[in-house]
Amino acid sequence: MAEAQGGRSLVVDAVTHRYPSGALAVENINLDIKGGEIIALLGPSGCGKTTLLRIIAGFIAQTQGRIIIGDDIVDALPPNKRAVGIVFQNYALFPHLSISENVAYGLAARGVDKTSRQREAQRLLELVQLPTMAERLPRRLSGGQQQRVALARALAIKPSILLLDEPFAALDKNLRLDMQIEVKRLQRVSGITTLIVTHDQEEALSMADRVAVLSHGKLEQFGSPSDVYDRPQTLFVNTFVGSTNRMPGVVVSADRTAAKVRLDAGAEIIARPAAGSLTEGARVTVCIRPEHLQFVGDASGFAGVVGMSLPLGATVVHEVTTADGSGVKVSQARIGETRALASGAAVRLAPLAPSLANAFPATL
Amino acid sequence: MGAAPASRDVTSYGMGLAAPLALFFLLFFVAPLLQLLWLSLHNDTAGLHWGLGQYLHFLTDPFSLGVLGSTLLLGAEVTAVCLLLGFPIAWLYQRVGPKLQTIIILIVLLPLLTSVVVRTFAWIVILGRQGIVNATLQSLGIIDTPLKLLYTQFGVVIALAQVQMPLMTLPLITALGRIDPNLDDASCSLGAGSWRTFFRIVLPLSLPGVIAGCTLTYAAAITAFITQSLIGGGQMLFMPMYLYQQASTLQNWPFAAAISIIFLLAVLAVVSVFTTLGRLSRGYGGA
Repeated sequence: MAEAQGGRSLVVDAVTHRYPSGALAVENINLDIKGGEIIALLGPSGCGKTTLLRIIAGFIAQTQGRIIIGDDIVDALPPNKRAVGIVFQNYALFPHLSISENVAYGLAARGVDKTSRQREAQRLLELVQLPTMAERLPRRLSGGQQQRVALARALAIKPSILLLDEPFAALDKNLRLDMQIEVKRLQRVSGITTLIVTHDQEEALSMADRVAVLSHGKLEQFGSPSDVYDRPQTLFVNTFVGSTNRMPGVVVSADRTAAKVRLDAGAEIIARPAAGSLTEGARVTVCIRPEHLQFVGDASGFAGVVGMSLPLGATVVHEVTTADGSGVKVSQARIGETRALASGAAVRLAPLAPSLANAFPATL
Repeated sequence: MGAAPASRDVTSYGMGLAAPLALFFLLFFVAPLLQLLWLSLHNDTAGLHWGLGQYLHFLTDPFSLGVLGSTLLLGAEVTAVCLLLGFPIAWLYQRVGPKLQTIIILIVLLPLLTSVVVRTFAWIVILGRQGIVNATLQSLGIIDTPLKLLYTQFGVVIALAQVQMPLMTLPLITALGRIDPNLDDASCSLGAGSWRTFFRIVLPLSLPGVIAGCTLTYAAAITAFITQSLIGGGQMLFMPMYLYQQASTLQNWPFAAAISIIFLLAVLAVVSVFTTLGRLSRGYGGA
């Protein structure tokens, strides 16, 4: 495809931004993104991910740090000189211009003559599978179609970086999946380095090559989806991405790769020290995902009483109250004999494997 | 009205509710207007002979046509000044913080809170031979003799523009406020500079406000009797004063009535041009 000039790298180098009020929006963010990667900026609302996107686009000048696209430091460039394509959450199509004029807008700004502009707009509309809509006004199109137009418009300027701000938030669930596949297809075709801002963890995990998790303006973790999901570096990442059980305990012994933890619930288990080494006697929080707990017949593991069992189609979720009074959720795949347990049944639980329990220093 | 309650459309309302206002308008607006029309169709001041003489007189008299022309031109100039000065204020209003917004809206509304007479006299003080403008320019040594600002077309346009400014600025503020701020960013990220963004995106999308503001300013400027007469003085004659002279001083009521009707039609023509433009641009709104 012609757009394959994409694939420039993007480096966010120690970027810090303060609001005029003095509050920190983002603090010391470092991202090293290779050409052609899809990156998701994941975090709850207010974590600074949109601020970071606007800094990369050039709408906000960061207080400190550098943005480097390819080999160029772009900090001094205004947004209209950065060649960064953006798809806004509400698409921001120009309501008074036809679809093809919308797509050709960036080309007109670059002084491309009218016939080439129209030809290029038509080609892009075919790429996003809307070849017959060229003469319509944006409001005549459905949400999904408007988004395709917004994508075509952003791709028309052959951007070196494509930024998507909560691109699927306004779409209903079925359409969202279609558009996610569509965006991934377009990204493959064009090879453009793409940054997706989202608060939806499933979206981040399914679409991105690497995920950057942000919280309160700080980068919590930057890694592959499986790193982020299976080997979270912070308690925040473990609880924000996927669901998890948080179990308090005390470190009995620890080395760099494994820690023996005495849970308050009443068992000693082996857990993975998630962020460096742990000291003996320190209080920790152990996170175990519901699908990583199993019922055991012997005396290993900790005891609990089943409160409620919910058969959720492919899985059954049991809510169990442990000896220290806290509740944990256990998710079992529904195979053969798996069935809802009676309320009040006494059970014992243990993690499937030591690597699936993550221990974090307890925060006060 | 008249539909059975069962089949009643919720969007139709009882017209009876509008009757008091309709009656009021009928008595105090439509009836006098008809009387005016009736009066204008008489050739003599006593109102005994029917005919189109008054209209013929006006339309063949270069002096009368000159007054009409200069009045319509005055309206156009005031509207242009208001648009050129009001648009930046409205644009600024949408881009500053809430505190500055309050200050801007206060400044915009301030003219409406003072009497037209007071404001006009203020302009006489400012523009007079010994006024603030001349005194400042003289003390700075820029001019030797005072400029003639009062009793000129320039003076009238400036004073009227200040007096009518809220009528232009308020619709513009509303229209600009309805434009999605993301459109600015989108245009910018697509490589367009500020001017292209303004002319291709902001201006077209604010057209409904521009047209509303122009219509209001124009209609108000050409009918502004007090400001026109006080700042214009004896040398400048515009339609409202011309009309007043014919009716009150010369007691030529049929001719005054004909002037009124012609003026009314001229204003209606200009306003309907604006409204037609407004209807054409309405396709841009919403979305």
